[in-house]
Amino acid sequence: MIPCPAEIVEKRSETRGIYTFRLRVKDEGKRAAFRFRPGQFNMVYAFGVGEVPISIASDPDDLDGLDHTVRIVGNVTGVLERLKVGNVVGLRGPYGSWWPLEESRGRDVIVITGGLGCAPVVSVISYVVRRRGSFGALKILHGIKAPTDLVYRRQFQAWAKHPNTEVHLTTDQPDRRWRHHTGVVTTLLGRVTLDPANSVAMMCGPEGMMRAAARELLERGVPTESLYVSIERNMKCAVGLCGHCQLGSEYVCKTGPVFRFDRIRHWFEHPGV
Amino acid sequence: MSWVIDRSGVDALCRVLTARGYALVGPTVRDGAIVYDRITSSADLPVGWTDEQAGGAYRLKPRNDRALFGYAVGPHSWKKYLLPPRLTLWRAEREADGFVVLEESHDPPRLALIGARSCELRALAIQDRVLLEDACVDPYYRTQRDRLFVLAVNCGQAGGTCFCASMDAGPRASSGYDLALTEVVAGERHYFVADAGTPAGHEVLNAVPHATATPDEIGMADAVIARTAESMGRSLDTTDIKRLLYDNLDHPRWDQVAQRCLACGNCTMVCPTCFCTTVEQVTKLAGAKAEQVRTWDSCFTLDFSYVHGPGSLRSTHKSRYRQWMTHKLATWIDQFGTSGCVGCGRCITWCPVGIDITEETAAIRGGTR
Ligand SMILES: Cc1cc2nc3c(=O)[nH]c(=O)nc-3n(C[C@H](O)[C@H](O)[C@H](O)COP(=O)(O)OP(=O)(O)OC[C@H]3O[C@@H](n4cnc5c(N)ncnc54)[C@H](O)[C@@H]3O)c2cc1C
Ligand code: SF4
Ligand code: SF4
Ligand code: FES
Repeated sequence: MIPCPAEIVEKRSETRGIYTFRLRVKDEGKRAAFRFRPGQFNMVYAFGVGEVPISIASDPDDLDGLDHTVRIVGNVTGVLERLKVGNVVGLRGPYGSWWPLEESRGRDVIVITGGLGCAPVVSVISYVVRRRGSFGALKILHGIKAPTDLVYRRQFQAWAKHPNTEVHLTTDQPDRRWRHHTGVVTTLLGRVTLDPANSVAMMCGPEGMMRAAARELLERGVPTESLYVSIERNMKCAVGLCGHCQLGSEYVCKTGPVFRFDRIRHWFEHPGV
Repeated sequence: MSWVIDRSGVDALCRVLTARGYALVGPTVRDGAIVYDRITSSADLPVGWTDEQAGGAYRLKPRNDRALFGYAVGPHSWKKYLLPPRLTLWRAEREADGFVVLEESHDPPRLALIGARSCELRALAIQDRVLLEDACVDPYYRTQRDRLFVLAVNCGQAGGTCFCASMDAGPRASSGYDLALTEVVAGERHYFVADAGTPAGHEVLNAVPHATATPDEIGMADAVIARTAESMGRSLDTTDIKRLLYDNLDHPRWDQVAQRCLACGNCTMVCPTCFCTTVEQVTKLAGAKAEQVRTWDSCFTLDFSYVHGPGSLRSTHKSRYRQWMTHKLATWIDQFGTSGCVGCGRCITWCPVGIDITEETAAIRGGTR
């Protein structure tokens, strides 16, 4: 349960206030033993400030380093922003559940994300595009409040170029230069063709958005067992001991952050639980 | 087989346990309450004291006998020894090319818990389940747990807010002790009927003057416990309680209790099963050394559920009280296969406005068809 030092071997600026840190665990033995699945997270420690949960964004087959895409929002992430290549952070993990990617081979993957919170689904998209032939259609639906919230602009363009891959973007408050859709993310669902029996939906973003998207998908005939969400909760221990991450009967750090929707639906539909 | 030790046998027990290397912790009177602290002999016990407890009220009162354990439970629980309110987990030290992290090694003392009640043994078993029996184990708790001697006392009197009988957690200690005593004060005689729960308990008992209990003495002790069971201050109907609370997340009663609840978190601090903690980094030596310090936390604080963006996910008193009570009585069952409440009544007594978990449950039950 103690963090192990990891060196920042690369720091990439994604967009304003978002960086991808490539971390390499210093201890060779621990580095070699580290295996994770997309959707899992690490606790990243900034010396003297604290630990925060951050999803692992790199490919599980890439054993050379671990990518973490961090949005700078507060104390710990604020210190991370000031760190440079060669600096050291602490790392412990991987924790939590993962996306059902192995189980979804051969099926269509619908990725629904909203706001700025799409880090956990980036791992899904990268995983599918790297193994493009093993999956059916990939449909990426992304909704944001205002066009300035569009992060990963370049990635969206790159992903759209893959075969059998669609990217749909929408905003609530379009400006004059916006050339995509207008409206909340659920309106995008009306625009894509779905093969409900053969699709798996993986969602991450504001909870209201996920609730609405799940409702819409269920109405379109996607079975509830095919809906997955990644949930954010305050986390201190990441191992089920501190109590912070509870969502009804679940500890998000243990049985989440990725949940099959029906497993948490009851709690999810009562904000404040 | 039961045994009998007399009043002086309690001091003999204290001496034997001390000689076996145990530090004794037990009930003692301080600042108008019975609290747990280091003790050395029966002179430190609340001799001749009892307590009066009600919603939001606690008062010590002299008894008309010299009973050692003639009170219910006070504001403290044993969790302060196993899950200390403040504990350093690890340290980090700056080095030329980064930092090293050193796990803090702990060497807690061998502790003899003197006078643990049945509900408290249930609470210990529940914390064992939470902190020792999942994928991740709390190392401090593990070490301290392995160094305990538990001297239980069956309750001779129920407190005004007790409802252990409803929670199947008392008043007779059924497991989880090395030695259990039942105190009998009958006229001129003052003695204890003793049962050993473990070989260690047997060994300690054998080392103090004792006799085989007569059927009469056992009968007296049983009657003491039976009387306690019949005089519970409160009761809680646990029938299908998980469904009851799962189905009533929108019950109007939550709004009513939220009008009174101050979200002070007292209920979580006094509860013997509440285990939530948080961590803070403490830096020293001009930032060259850092410590990860764990402290008790409460689901009643705004920060507890804070995430960037939406902010506190339980921003209302309603959502926080509902989280706490639903956790204690319902979600705990799904999480750990047991209730999170043992009916000790502390949360009722120590709530500044007397909010009562049994009353709230009854109101929700009453309000459902
Ligand atoms: C499973 C999981 C995966 C995550 N993955 C990523 C990711 O890949 N990239 C990324 O940028 N962010 C991610 N987050 C969110 C990230 O953890 C928070 O942004 C971060 O904790 C903020 O910390 P801070 O000290 O900078 O902010 P402050 O505002 O100073 O936060 C204070 C404290 O609040 C808590 N906190 C605040 N926001 C969150 C939050 N959203 N989730 C959990 N705890 C929070 C933390 O305990 C933090 O220490 C993830 C969160 C979870 C639960
Ligand atoms: S129920 Fe009582 S003790 Fe608990 S937080 Fe509310 S006011 Fe405080
Ligand atoms: S919830 Fe109240 S009565 Fe139940 S164990 Fe905790 S403090 Fe005791
Ligand atoms: S983060 Fe501590 S219990 Fe989940």
